Amino acid sequence: MIAVPEIIAAWFAARQWQVRDHQLAMLDAFARQQSSLLIAPTGAGKTLAGFLPSLIDICRRGHSGLHTLYISPLKALTHDIERNLSQPVAQMGLDISIETRTGDTSSYKRQRQRRKPPHLLLTTPESLMLMLSYTDAPQIFKSLKAVIVDEVHSFAHNKRGDFTSLALARLRQHAPDCIRFGLSATVAAPAALAAWLGPAGEPVAVLRAAASMPPRIRILDSKNRMPYSGFMAGYAVEAIYQAVAAARTTLVFVNTRAQAELVFQQLWQINKDNLPIAVYHGSLSKEQRRKTENLMAAGSLRAVVTTSALELGVDWGDVDLVIQVGAPKGVSRLLQRIGRANHRLHEPSEAWLVPANRFEALECQSAIDAIASGRLDGEALLPGSNDIVPQFIMNCACSEAIRPAAIYRQVRSATPYADMPRATFDALFRFAVDGGYALRNYERYRRLEEHRDGTFTPSSRSTVQRHRQNIGTIVEAGRLKVKRLRRSHQGRIVGEVEEYFAQQLTPGDTFIFNGEVLMFEGVRDMLLEARPVKSGEPKIPSYVGGQMPLSTFLSDGVRALLNRPQHWSRLPADVREWLELQRRFSAIPPQHRLLVEQFPHRGLQYVVFYTFEGRKANQTLGILLTRRMERLQLKPVSFSITDYGLSVCALEALGAAHIDQLFAPEILGDELEDWLMETPMLKRSFRRVATISGLAEQNHAGKRKTLRQMTFSTDLIYDVLRKYDADHILLTVSRQDAERELLDIRRLAEMLVRFAGKTVFKALDRASPMALNILFKARDEQVRGAGLEVLLEQAGLQDQAQQMMDEVRDVVGV
Amino acid sequence: MSSASEVGGRAFAGPSLSTVFVGQQLVLDGRAALYWPAQRALVVADLHLEKGSYLRRCGHPLPLYDTTDTLARLRCLVDQYRPERIIALGDSFHDAAAVSRLPAPEREQIETLCARADWVWILGNHDPHVPDCLPGRCAERLQLGDLLLLHEPSDIDLPQIIGHFHPKASLRLAGTKVGGKCFLQSPIRLLLPAFGSYTGGLDSDHPAIAGALGAGRQKRFLLHAQKIWQIL
Repeated sequence: MIAVPEIIAAWFAARQWQVRDHQLAMLDAFARQQSSLLIAPTGAGKTLAGFLPSLIDICRRGHSGLHTLYISPLKALTHDIERNLSQPVAQMGLDISIETRTGDTSSYKRQRQRRKPPHLLLTTPESLMLMLSYTDAPQIFKSLKAVIVDEVHSFAHNKRGDFTSLALARLRQHAPDCIRFGLSATVAAPAALAAWLGPAGEPVAVLRAAASMPPRIRILDSKNRMPYSGFMAGYAVEAIYQAVAAARTTLVFVNTRAQAELVFQQLWQINKDNLPIAVYHGSLSKEQRRKTENLMAAGSLRAVVTTSALELGVDWGDVDLVIQVGAPKGVSRLLQRIGRANHRLHEPSEAWLVPANRFEALECQSAIDAIASGRLDGEALLPGSNDIVPQFIMNCACSEAIRPAAIYRQVRSATPYADMPRATFDALFRFAVDGGYALRNYERYRRLEEHRDGTFTPSSRSTVQRHRQNIGTIVEAGRLKVKRLRRSHQGRIVGEVEEYFAQQLTPGDTFIFNGEVLMFEGVRDMLLEARPVKSGEPKIPSYVGGQMPLSTFLSDGVRALLNRPQHWSRLPADVREWLELQRRFSAIPPQHRLLVEQFPHRGLQYVVFYTFEGRKANQTLGILLTRRMERLQLKPVSFSITDYGLSVCALEALGAAHIDQLFAPEILGDELEDWLMETPMLKRSFRRVATISGLAEQNHAGKRKTLRQMTFSTDLIYDVLRKYDADHILLTVSRQDAERELLDIRRLAEMLVRFAGKTVFKALDRASPMALNILFKARDEQVRGAGLEVLLEQAGLQDQAQQMMDEVRDVVGV
Repeated sequence: MSSASEVGGRAFAGPSLSTVFVGQQLVLDGRAALYWPAQRALVVADLHLEKGSYLRRCGHPLPLYDTTDTLARLRCLVDQYRPERIIALGDSFHDAAAVSRLPAPEREQIETLCARADWVWILGNHDPHVPDCLPGRCAERLQLGDLLLLHEPSDIDLPQIIGHFHPKASLRLAGTKVGGKCFLQSPIRLLLPAFGSYTGGLDSDHPAIAGALGAGRQKRFLLHAQKIWQIL
């Protein structure tokens, strides 16, 4: 076992702390040069466990240059860690320099960091990638001893994780002996994370800290009736407020930024004691967020309404209550959120769940059951996303002359890309060089130039510049800054929204942002301009930020709960009443059969399929079923997926006779293929892929896109490319990208076999109690009304749902 | 509240629709072209040829099939309508150097098309000069009958057919938004959609477009999936 140096041991002793077992295990791993993943609950001193080996190593041996690189998914987290680490280091009197480097770091400081790096550098994946593009990257990183990747669980299943693993692969080139430490919350499958963190084929060791106390979780009781539909939980605001008032400090988690804005506003409307309550989410500007972070750190807030932006480890003293508004969506995620309450290891965390509608109550109860029985949900690792590879190739070329074979080896040494065939890599490389089109009629426009010795370098300085400007935006595709106008075009930036959201707006539309109602005026110079208004006809932002799919695991739990009426007694009375209505009017979705409901609504025909198969399956099924409904001349108009199934809106009614044809298990080879390539989903994928791969840029600093002709959608490129170069690598990559959200054809066929002949078809004359949730979903994120008006509108919807239910009651004769 | 209209505006729909503009029967084609039977004239606006290669010079590795595609689509229309006149309503070339970048096959394609009808290049803000090396004649504007054809609206007191604005519109159908390029018609102006394969659009509610249309009752024709709908 490693001895802790006196100076550090004394610091622990002075606080009557002991070095914990898992902290010692990390010291041991460092001594043995064993890359490791530490799995520990919140509050277990995880961060210190990660840094302690480096502190001791520097303290003991001294070090010149960069010693440890810390990679965090969030900028805010790097600042937080800097604060929390600088203090003990100063108290111990250690001569260790600690600095952060993020998109917010001044260019002066960045220059200095390149010349004289600190011992510990705290950064984000994007900033790291930018540093790796420098010509002096080999000098900066050669002294590196350790990399610490924080919140590994948040990286392993997405493009940002792929991006990070490529950065780690490149880092290994410069510092072959550097070890990797990962820190993660409790997860279902640590082995997958260990494989991700290590180089391909060399998973890191897994270390576990002792488990914490199981949390105390309950569904919040409210005096008001729980709605049948909707996602805003307005009915419970009074109860949430009282819980906030009774606790010392509360984190109120919601699932979308729109919910955050609304709950925040509703709380303030009844905040008679003027409790300091703040809102915090990823769309707010840096200054706004920094302000709130500082207030939190100072302990001057009683509650913060927030999205996943505060889910990760930002330390905020003594939170004693977590309230989750809306369905928890995943057990692991819920645990992570609940873990924010009470950083003391030996006391249980306290949490309230607030379902926004009766369906969500099922989900909440299933999550509580799963946590009580110690079961967690996990996702399988996906192969790496190929659109990031051309960016990576450019990034390497910006740093030094590259050879394809060497870069191929580096790419494959990242676990997500371990299986990439050489042919795929070569196609991606050709794309990076000149676009890689079948007709090479413009050879003179190249991004990379080939030299006689077989190496490639960027063709111009501007290529390098442009690449660097776009690294930061690599994954957060399409965001616009929001400028709050005071008069004419003067105003300040208050935050960001997705470009997608901006496109939905027409001048005069209003939306809630940062707690006030703004009226959209237009987009100028890549800024969304909006003006505060007192009244109007506002709608809630439908910006997607923070939207989360339900885990398959939890949806299975919900189905199981539905089929055990003996367990319903644990559900709130409102929910039981609703299930009873559903059972009488239509049917409870059975465990081994597929419930299909058909009903007219507002002149259109709706079919709802309660599959409980997860979003991937529902999305794939939606593409197939609408295709087949089209053939049956039912004229489908649109479909939307939910966590529990999908609903298709059509002009003609589906009949019992159609069902067999819809679920025929044979899938014609081209049936999905053609349809898929035509779906908006593929165009969405292409759009992401085009941005990430560098085909189309969103961030061209200094260049004002004032000509509307300059900004044209990637949809146009997609159409032309499909027509003239159908085998182009980016189309292949877009397909793969879309397929991350789809089932493969074999599993789809299996699913159809499971459903064929096992459907329960209900032709109804109106929406069933369960379908209401789905029916009103499309409107929910776009409901109109702000402040009081929002509530009125919500009440209106609720009245409508209530009225429809009363009609159902009459029909079943209750 | 928004530009999206409710269902119900789809009074007429088809691959092409006919409209009467200042007493003239005109055919609006769902492929973003106008055919004027009385004059046997085919009118297309804003081809923006070689826009792809222009953007590519700025470093975007875009596919360069836009000119090929734009001309191929135009040829289909010429094959079908067999016009005596073809009028390109300005911004036919994306930039001043576009013609010099035209690959040989595309240049030949233009020459073939020009040989099939009397070709007029109306000049636009993107292409204030069209080089003499190309066939066809250039004009600031063209008067046919009582109508003036030109790129941007003018003060001249005649009804005008114009390009320049790249109008697009959308309507909401059962919760989903359907959008596309559009024709806009007022008593004295007819705005054509952009024809080029890489041309974006400007929402039909934009004040600049309202100004160009002037007063009076308006008609909107939405293009979607090669078809055209009249919407409210």
